[in-house]
Amino acid sequence: MARKAITGNGAIALALKQVEPDVMAAYPITPQTEIAQNYAQFVADGAVKTEYIPVESEHSAMSAAIGSCAAGARTFTATSSQGFALMWEMLFIAASLRLPLTMPVITRALSGPINIHCDHSDSMGGRDCGWIQLYGEGAQEGYDNAIQAFRIAEHMEVRLPVMTMIDGFIISGAIGPVETLEDDEVKKFVGEYTTLNPLLNVANPVTVGAFDSLGGWYFEHKVAQNRAMDNAMKVIEEVGKDFGSLSGREYSHFKTHMIEDAEIVLVAIGSAAGNVKTMVDTLRAEGKKVGMLKVRTFRPFPYEQIRQALSNACVIGVMDRSDSYGAQGGPLFTEISAAMFGGETRPKMFNFIYGLGGRDIFPDDIRGAVETLEQAAAGEQVSQTRHYLNVREG
Amino acid sequence: MSKTRPEKKKWDVSDIQKWGPGRHEKGATIPESGNAQDYKTGGWRSERPRRDREKCNDCMICFFACPDSSIRVENDKMVDIDLDHCKGCGICAQVCPRDAIEMMNEIKACKLEEK
Ligand code: SF4
Ligand code: SF4
Repeated sequence: MARKAITGNGAIALALKQVEPDVMAAYPITPQTEIAQNYAQFVADGAVKTEYIPVESEHSAMSAAIGSCAAGARTFTATSSQGFALMWEMLFIAASLRLPLTMPVITRALSGPINIHCDHSDSMGGRDCGWIQLYGEGAQEGYDNAIQAFRIAEHMEVRLPVMTMIDGFIISGAIGPVETLEDDEVKKFVGEYTTLNPLLNVANPVTVGAFDSLGGWYFEHKVAQNRAMDNAMKVIEEVGKDFGSLSGREYSHFKTHMIEDAEIVLVAIGSAAGNVKTMVDTLRAEGKKVGMLKVRTFRPFPYEQIRQALSNACVIGVMDRSDSYGAQGGPLFTEISAAMFGGETRPKMFNFIYGLGGRDIFPDDIRGAVETLEQAAAGEQVSQTRHYLNVREG
Repeated sequence: MSKTRPEKKKWDVSDIQKWGPGRHEKGATIPESGNAQDYKTGGWRSERPRRDREKCNDCMICFFACPDSSIRVENDKMVDIDLDHCKGCGICAQVCPRDAIEMMNEIKACKLEEK
């Protein structure tokens, strides 16, 4: 175990180097570039045996990764924003072919206007493409999730691709302390890669990506895909526990902070969870019964466990770093609302959208959100469900 | 380094019509080769090729031209057309130098057969 001062991207590139997959196919894009660049350097230096496929676009990056993984190689890629969008059609194919790819996504806004800074429009837009989604708060979680992703994806009851998110720039480009594992510990943790029906096994020729239309089994395959997501729910927890015994940092689907007696709970995802936690501590010191739930697993969505965890809350404020145009609220809000709808008592739900295109979020913005929630808790009428934090009106 | 799962069995699809999500290979992979023949595509046909044995001299041009490998050949002779897979494109009729293949409306051909 070592403690390093490293950027979020650097930490993830290091995790991948320690796993040392067979193939990487990637295209550099801001703010993910450092991962592609660092890994290319590892390959050039002979520090890893990984085959690096430099491609001309993200559509090709994902296509090459799919081909490589179907051939029987442990494969990864990494992306951001427009690159994620360009991969779109292939993302669904990777998941439906049940290929255990992994992909760090360094979240960034989507154009337009053109903007290179952080929000979750890219990964949240891809929430229904069939990939498992794990969101990290800081560089440490980015590093830890990048390693665990291999074990989750490759589990025989799962066999689904996994994307692990960290926030663009805020985490990817900032230097902070990261506890790293030894190379052999990481290799032992992820284990040997087991292929399933690989294309390169000439003794057993297979067809991958066959046509299956009317009168076929497309529907059954889709149901199988969703059942694999159900299995992933348990596997993510098992892997998170194992990782805990190795590193001392145990992971589950989400983390809570002071929610047991909290009347008001803020739900956050990504780097803003740190700001929210600090504000929760400040408000607690002022005697306010406020708590926080930080979501890690967004797909599969741990709705039952979250409903259970939030069952004592009267008012819930969900913080989204992406919007869903024309919807009732952001993706996290609609998901949490749906989860709470299945409960005995239904709390009042509010959505706070913040940080689009990298807009900063300040402690006072979070305090303001809590004030709105307090009004609702006091029985006052709050006219809107969806609020925007730190946006200029006028 | 990676390992391949060894277990490999013959892919028995005799009751595939009843298969639910759990029975299929992950990712809709077909874990066996040489089974395109089991996929009968003849039902897509609207025109049926009919060969006149008298005119045909077994030159094999239709055999090479058929995109669906539906011209059946045995002992250097063009024996018949595999109607389970022939999609009725009419290429064989076009290329036959002896005008030995005629395309006929599929429904008409079926009715003719019934008689
Ligand atoms: S009609 Fe087309 S598919 Fe049928 S036998 Fe002739 S060439 Fe082949
Ligand atoms: S091309 Fe005509 S003549 Fe030649 S084998 Fe076919 S049907 Fe017979």
